[in-house]
Amino acid sequence: MRRKLVVVGNGMAGMRTVEEVLRIAPDLYDITIFGAEPYGNYNRILLSPLLAGELRIDDILLHDEEWYRAKGITFYKGKPVAAIDRRRREVVAADGTVARYDRLLLATGSLPYMLPIPGADLPGVIGFRDVADVNRMLASSRHHEYAVVIGGGLLGLEAANGLRKRGMKVTLVHLMPTLMEQQLDGDAGRLLRGSLELRGLDFIMPAETVEILGNDRVSDVRLKDGREIPADLVVMTVGIRPNVALARAAGLHCRRGIVVDSTMLTYDPAIYAVGECAESHGRTYGLVAPLYEQAKVCANHLVGWGCARYPGSLAAAKLKVTGIELFSAGNVSGGAGAESIVLHDRSSGVYKKLFLRNNRIDGAVLYGDTADGPWYVRLMRERTDISSIRHAVMFGQAQIEERGSRAAA
Amino acid sequence: MQRQIATTCPYCGVGCGIRVQRSFDGTVEVAGDPAHPANRGRLCSKGTALAETLGLAGRLLHPLWRGERVTWDRALDLAADGIARTIAEHGPDSVAFYVSGQLLTEDYYVANKLCKGFLGTGNIDTNSRLCMASSVAGHRRAFGADTVPTSYDDLDDAELVVLVGSNAAWCHPVLFDRILRARTARPDRRLVVIDPRRTRSSDAADLHLALRSGSDAVLFAALLAYLADAGCTDEAFLSQHTSGAAEALAAARTAAPSVESVAERCGLATEEVRRFFDWFARSERVVTLYSQGINQSTSGTDKVNAIINCHLLTGRIGKPGAGPLSLTGQPNAMGGREVGGLANQLAAHLEIDNPAHRDLARRFWRAPAVAEHAGLKAVEMFDAVAEGRIRALWIMSTNPVVSMPEADRVRAALERCPLVIVSDCMRDTDTARLAHLLLPALAWGEKDGTVTNSERRISRQRAFLEPPGEARADWQIVAAVAQRLGFADAFAFRSAADVFREHALLSAFENGGSRDFDIGALAALDDARYDALQPVQWPAPPERPEGTKRLFGDGRFFTPDGRARFVAVTPRPPQHRLSAAFPVLLNTGRLRDHWHTMTRSGRSPSLAAHEPEPFVAVNPADTEIADGALARLVSPHGEAVLRLRHSAEQPRGTAFAPMHWGTTHASRARIGAVVNAAVDPISGQPELKHTPVRLEPLRTRWQAFLASRRRLGATALDGLDWAMAVTPYGFRYELAGSERPEAWEDWARRLFPAARRATRWLAYEDAGTGSYRYARLIDDQLDACLFIARERPAVARDWLIGLFAEPSVRALHLRLLAGEPAPGSPEGGKLVCVCCSVGERAIEAAIRDHSLDSVEAITQATSAGSNCGSCRPELALLLRRAREPATSA
Repeated sequence: MRRKLVVVGNGMAGMRTVEEVLRIAPDLYDITIFGAEPYGNYNRILLSPLLAGELRIDDILLHDEEWYRAKGITFYKGKPVAAIDRRRREVVAADGTVARYDRLLLATGSLPYMLPIPGADLPGVIGFRDVADVNRMLASSRHHEYAVVIGGGLLGLEAANGLRKRGMKVTLVHLMPTLMEQQLDGDAGRLLRGSLELRGLDFIMPAETVEILGNDRVSDVRLKDGREIPADLVVMTVGIRPNVALARAAGLHCRRGIVVDSTMLTYDPAIYAVGECAESHGRTYGLVAPLYEQAKVCANHLVGWGCARYPGSLAAAKLKVTGIELFSAGNVSGGAGAESIVLHDRSSGVYKKLFLRNNRIDGAVLYGDTADGPWYVRLMRERTDISSIRHAVMFGQAQIEERGSRAAA
Repeated sequence: MQRQIATTCPYCGVGCGIRVQRSFDGTVEVAGDPAHPANRGRLCSKGTALAETLGLAGRLLHPLWRGERVTWDRALDLAADGIARTIAEHGPDSVAFYVSGQLLTEDYYVANKLCKGFLGTGNIDTNSRLCMASSVAGHRRAFGADTVPTSYDDLDDAELVVLVGSNAAWCHPVLFDRILRARTARPDRRLVVIDPRRTRSSDAADLHLALRSGSDAVLFAALLAYLADAGCTDEAFLSQHTSGAAEALAAARTAAPSVESVAERCGLATEEVRRFFDWFARSERVVTLYSQGINQSTSGTDKVNAIINCHLLTGRIGKPGAGPLSLTGQPNAMGGREVGGLANQLAAHLEIDNPAHRDLARRFWRAPAVAEHAGLKAVEMFDAVAEGRIRALWIMSTNPVVSMPEADRVRAALERCPLVIVSDCMRDTDTARLAHLLLPALAWGEKDGTVTNSERRISRQRAFLEPPGEARADWQIVAAVAQRLGFADAFAFRSAADVFREHALLSAFENGGSRDFDIGALAALDDARYDALQPVQWPAPPERPEGTKRLFGDGRFFTPDGRARFVAVTPRPPQHRLSAAFPVLLNTGRLRDHWHTMTRSGRSPSLAAHEPEPFVAVNPADTEIADGALARLVSPHGEAVLRLRHSAEQPRGTAFAPMHWGTTHASRARIGAVVNAAVDPISGQPELKHTPVRLEPLRTRWQAFLASRRRLGATALDGLDWAMAVTPYGFRYELAGSERPEAWEDWARRLFPAARRATRWLAYEDAGTGSYRYARLIDDQLDACLFIARERPAVARDWLIGLFAEPSVRALHLRLLAGEPAPGSPEGGKLVCVCCSVGERAIEAAIRDHSLDSVEAITQATSAGSNCGSCRPELALLLRRAREPATSA
């Protein structure tokens, strides 16, 4: 008799784990998946191109329903889970559906953080998390003119760009003086702002939003300096928070996220967690590469191999705004003991900066030409001492690695 | 429509014939003249690149008085008035002329005539004093006249060629190539090179005697004794045609009691000394070639005679394939000697201290004031300027502020001289900067006249370009001043041919075989025949118009008794000894692709590529300073800042620095400022090859490489150490500074020449390693680039310079700031073959990839060495390095 694996969350992290499990041990588990959204697993990263009208929903689907059937997976779509009964090893959906598990995988993802300000609950104020949000934005763009995006991070910029492309007049309000300050240094942030302004976006920054005005629907956004900006749609992209309500209610140890060890196991030996909801080594992740790394480790343990460890990930981000090549990885805030190498041609919009610590790459910002991003991530991850290639490392892998092969020849 | 002109190369004393093809569109092509006996069609890298040096950039085209343009009339008045007033107030010896082996014989003749016949002073000396004077003095002591007995043809006939104190492979490449080819045809022939340094010449030798600097006279004294003991004495020749043999031999035996003791004093192995002596003894036909390593010494004259003694003892002179042959450094050093351009000569090999000769000149010239005594030799002359005894100095076609020893003193002397007149073809030289009056002279290709090479061969230098601006021939300028001084009749020359005829007449005047220099056969040339004059070796007396290949075959010399004189030589060490404060011996000399102070060769991108930066080479064991660092080279006389080069070719305790750089091409590389001015008591030639120095590290905060399409602005380099060279697309600089600017990027933008068009700016900054790199693009073309680092930036300079040729660097873009080509590319490395543009890396790759085993195979595979062949010695070196990788360091 096959063991039962129940997965809560039909997103990218959970599904990548399922794929890994099936690849290694296709017959080990009977698998049941609960998804809150009424779709198969889709590529959440591509919501921005979906919003921008560059892709359709079919284009971003990773697994259609036929796939679940073919794999013999019981797939409950549009069926949020209400509770976990850890003693009985059961999950209970909102509609009363019950599923027993031998192993439970929590992949509940995250929720957009909504500013706790007056008017935040008005119709027309949304986050940017799922296909439903995209649909709401698309609906607004058909009937309304003004959009305000609050938060100049990766997601906010992609939302603003998409809405602009959908014909809305978009103002982006950001608390900090530069865009994407988590991922970019000031120079790159300024270049990015310039090129988005050329695309028709307006920026107000640094600026703090204190209230959202409107009667039956949002009408304006008020800033701390008193300015009011017309808004038929407000998209809040000021951050995400791990979706831990279900786990916490079930008594699992949570801090910011569901706390897991380096095998992705929660404090309950039958329950694993992966993705944006999981907190590993004190950190939570919101980007796709770490989630895939977690999925791989988690699957390794689910199938009983028990030999993989998740040491934490290096955060790397790529902006998905067509025509803007932007890559960021690692620590780009500098600080004591940090050095940097910078290479740029501002007139043609290329700017690259590497942050170094003890002759190891600690962070990278690539603007305009991101081809070497993965290589820098590899050097970062492997903690490679770059002393001997420091003079050339900024010019990319091709400038160095062929030399190595030549020397060996 | 093309026309072809036969002329002569303006560089070294080999005197190669050149065919110049000038196309309708003005382009000029230069090739060796197959009909010229000196080179038979061959040219070296410098001659080959002559066309690159012809542009008018930097030329002096109008007379300037204190920096302001004046008319010729005014300029000539200023010169004549200045000279007249100085003589009136301070006497004839308060005026001096410092002239040059660059002048044509006609120019030289007129200047010498004015001084020694009309101004009444012997104070005309030439820069040949720095390279030839000891040979002249040695010749006169031995032969009674300044006679070169031999011909280049003797090199073809010689069984043994001895090359002493000469890197002919670089300094006289065409002649050196001729020696090597003669040996290839007859492998039993031998080449011995005697030189403290390992050079490309010594690489080709069958035996290299790397003797201790300054010990040549000991070696040749020992050779004399050895030859006598070995029964090589030509007793008949000795008794009938020479005098003084016994005294000379006795002195030699005292100086060199045994081969062993001599070997020790020379720092050589006894066996190698013996081998050389044995080869010399057994070779009836032996030519001893010598150059600055012998001449530039406080005992240079004695060294010359020590060599000549050996030829006299064995009677190996005046015969095919035998004799001493001094290699001259300049195209017309010999012509200068012929007209009397040295202060201790009169004219046409007449002696200034001989009353009969003075009388002869007075009558021939109808001269009012023939100089009564020898004038001041170069070093004394500038001392006299410094002391205010000379108050008007006219410098023609030479750059003493760079080339003289203790050159800072020379500069200071010129700075306080009341009247400095400089005639030159270049506007900006270290010397021209100190002139009150600048007179624009014709350059090579524009001027017309004759030159004489090392084998006494008179050749025409012909004009193939129109005179630019208001430039005039030097003889015209001097004659015009002479006319204003009241000597109109004596200086009424209408043409160079006019001058030459008078010069030839004087040589034959009351001669009748009493003086060696007689070209009476050429005195009656009409203008057309002068113009068509074919190369001819003097003497060419009226009865022998075909000239003379070899002298002294009849055993008759030009001494009063007709006998050649042995000179008893007691070897003397160089003047200055090493000390704790100055423990390293500095030797100076030429490079392959530069010449003199670079006023011409410095204009050629091809030539600049060989050694774009001034350096000092030192044995690695003698210095703590790293290879490639900047060093201060300090002597009691001055200092220079040079790139330090570790070289195992440099003997322990010695350093070598090239002589070429003035402040027009580098900030502080003027080696003349470091070199001592001690002179030979007879010849007055300074000891340029022996100065005690020390090396100190130069403390710099940063160094940089910069390449730009345009030259940097005049003040951009203030406060920096720098060296500049031309490239095919502009200029390249090595920079160093002791202070860091506040913001490198702003500094770089200010440093680059102003751009009149929209630019793109590329930047790379790594503050942690002090590495800053910038480039400026105009329309996707590289306009300027700068690489800054804490030490000399390790970038592929030739590759970067090559990028300036690309119509677009878009594909490379920011990667050009990497400063080196994509890995695996064969580009780059030091340029070896200048003619065919082949770099070291490509040659090394070809040797490796095709297992090449000879220089010919390299030439076939890469085309390097297929044109002038000057780089073949270097190809041989690369080949050897490839074979012995362990010893390549």
